[in-house]
Amino acid sequence: MASASKKWVLGIVVLAFVVPLLQPVLPDVVSDYRLFLVSTMIIASIAVLGLNLLTGFNGQFSLGHGAFYAVGAYTAAVLMDQLNVPYWATIPAAAIVCFIVGYLFGLPALKLEGHYLALATFALALAVPQILKYKWLEGLTGGVQGIVLMKPEVPFGLPLTEDQWLYYFCLIVMVVLFWAAANMLNSRSGRAMMAIRDQYMAADTMGIDTALYKTVTFGISAAYTGIAGALSASAIAFVAPDSFNIFLSIKFLIGLVVGGIGSLTGSVIGGIFYVLVDNSAQALSQFVKNDLGLPFDLSAYTVFGVLLIAIIYLMPMGIAGGVAMAWRKMRSAR
Amino acid sequence: MRTNRRGFVGGASALAMMSVAAPAVRAQKKYSDGASDTEIKVGHTGPYSGPASSYGQIGKTLEAYWKGVNDAGGVNGRKIKFLTLDDGYNPAKIVELTRQLVEQEKVLCLFNTLGTANNTAIHKYMNQKKVPQLYVATGASKWGKPKEFPWTMGFQPDYHTEGVIYAKHILANVKDPKIGVLMQNDDYGKDYWDGFKEGLGKDSGKVVKHVTFEVTDPTVDSQVIQLKDSGANVFFNIATPKAAAQAIRKAADIGWKPVQYLNNVSASVGSVMKPAGLDNSQGIITAQYLKDPTDKQWENTDDFKAWVAWMDKWMPGSNKADANHVFGFAVASLMHETLKKCGDELTRENVMRQAANFQKYKLPLLLPGITINTSPSDYYPIQSVQLARFKGETWDLFGDVMSAEGS
Repeated sequence: MASASKKWVLGIVVLAFVVPLLQPVLPDVVSDYRLFLVSTMIIASIAVLGLNLLTGFNGQFSLGHGAFYAVGAYTAAVLMDQLNVPYWATIPAAAIVCFIVGYLFGLPALKLEGHYLALATFALALAVPQILKYKWLEGLTGGVQGIVLMKPEVPFGLPLTEDQWLYYFCLIVMVVLFWAAANMLNSRSGRAMMAIRDQYMAADTMGIDTALYKTVTFGISAAYTGIAGALSASAIAFVAPDSFNIFLSIKFLIGLVVGGIGSLTGSVIGGIFYVLVDNSAQALSQFVKNDLGLPFDLSAYTVFGVLLIAIIYLMPMGIAGGVAMAWRKMRSAR
Repeated sequence: MRTNRRGFVGGASALAMMSVAAPAVRAQKKYSDGASDTEIKVGHTGPYSGPASSYGQIGKTLEAYWKGVNDAGGVNGRKIKFLTLDDGYNPAKIVELTRQLVEQEKVLCLFNTLGTANNTAIHKYMNQKKVPQLYVATGASKWGKPKEFPWTMGFQPDYHTEGVIYAKHILANVKDPKIGVLMQNDDYGKDYWDGFKEGLGKDSGKVVKHVTFEVTDPTVDSQVIQLKDSGANVFFNIATPKAAAQAIRKAADIGWKPVQYLNNVSASVGSVMKPAGLDNSQGIITAQYLKDPTDKQWENTDDFKAWVAWMDKWMPGSNKADANHVFGFAVASLMHETLKKCGDELTRENVMRQAANFQKYKLPLLLPGITINTSPSDYYPIQSVQLARFKGETWDLFGDVMSAEGS
């Protein structure tokens, strides 16, 4: 990473830490609800980053990351509900559980390439909500009823609201995870991951243990997404199987493609994008119907789809790639 | 006709108010968030997209209802601003939307949010924030707990009670019953199932087969075949409209002719019986509390005529056989009446106080003999049903109105 972009990243992080403190000055702009919304964007960014590590940097496809998100969320929820574990301790626990699940899933996935792997993960995403409802697990997962949780309390008597604290907590987790991911990708291991993506055979010939790297990457990717799931369990304070349907996995994929495959910045953009579009799709479809006077009843997913096609067509490398390209063009034109 | 009905409702509400509210309080105007001299903000979420989108019709009916109210001058001179959002039947989504409605839009109350899991997701939040979560569109038995959750109230008869009533009817009327149960695998299905088992009591061994399906399953064919193979002669169909219709059709296709009981959730002629085939649906028994829109005997009743006129004016082109429109109209009428009773004291506390203070209130479109009854300790507005058998092209009510003891 160049030092110029490092300054940018630092600036944005500092800004992200300062903005909530403006609440007394601008109570309507920096409201608790907005902070909560940004927290969900942060959570989405972490989930998309998890998928990006696997797909963008290692070249393995997954249509089923919603499953790991669910496992993370349920790990956190069960620990809080049954064992009274504090919410912050559920994050590493969810990471470990999801790493193991991801690693184990990565083993058979070694034998599957490209779209076969995509289908296998798709099946996983479909299976998880059913497994959560399974009657032998009901005592633990609460079955279809789900588990109602407490919201994280503000520690050390800090003068913050619950939502401000949740925001800071998510932000800290996000900064740590992105920092770790950036370091990993800049190391030997990261280069090995990308070598496997770019030229599998060549990487193998160079002496990279491709099987190990692929399975471990699967595990790390699942752990990232699982942490996002655990954070969401704390943020929403409720988990139920219906929250983790197949659309969740598809939204991660949309976030990935729109944000930028193989880009850390792209993961953040992707997370923000899918939360934003998910929230404004209804308003947008109503706008089309009422204000533009078109006689369709567009569903939110139609809007999603149209935007997706438009972005892929205009910016094949995602928003992050598109912006970087435009920036380079502008500079060379000068 | 409309003026007649309104006159009646107005009179009834005036009476109710005189007997209820302390006169000293009524004199001054008091407002919580979401209410003012000119406007009352009411929030709602429903599944306009996703696996349960057929219930999106309810939200559309509610929206049309408030448009009609505003057109006629609003409630006590205040316009209703009805904010309805699409939650896609996803519990994680509704939390976000509810916070948007409560914290950003500052609604006075939430009204008729739909789905058991969805309402569970916001149950605690609403009660912490002390914002009314009124007349929720789910019949789970947990909405009537004023001690723990004083800000949440249900509307329809709860599933548990309905399950008890079917079980009792089977034991009393079917000789040597062998019961097969098809159950949607979620909260709602389980509530029925628990009630049903309770109703059977020591005869719970009469259930010879119990199969489940997921709301997202494309068909229930294999489940129905399993039920037939079990040799069951009674079929209890606990399913939402799409699956319920598929099950009725499949049973007929494979020549299985049990005595069929269908949960009220799916007792819609337009969206279940017709798609299942009218021939296949003959003799099915269900429990009802609302006037079925296809039942000819209501055509000359005042409230039904008012509803038809309202449909023609405010929802032209909609399918009048869809019972969701009746449900939406009825529950919106109750909300309307509740807000009217609040008078000029539009605080969240008063909204709950008025909601918990209906005595034998005759809500439009309820079956004759069924009324709204609530109190600070009774948060179940409707607790009576009447059984009906499908005959020809509509439901044929029989027996008496049955009430469950207050729980």
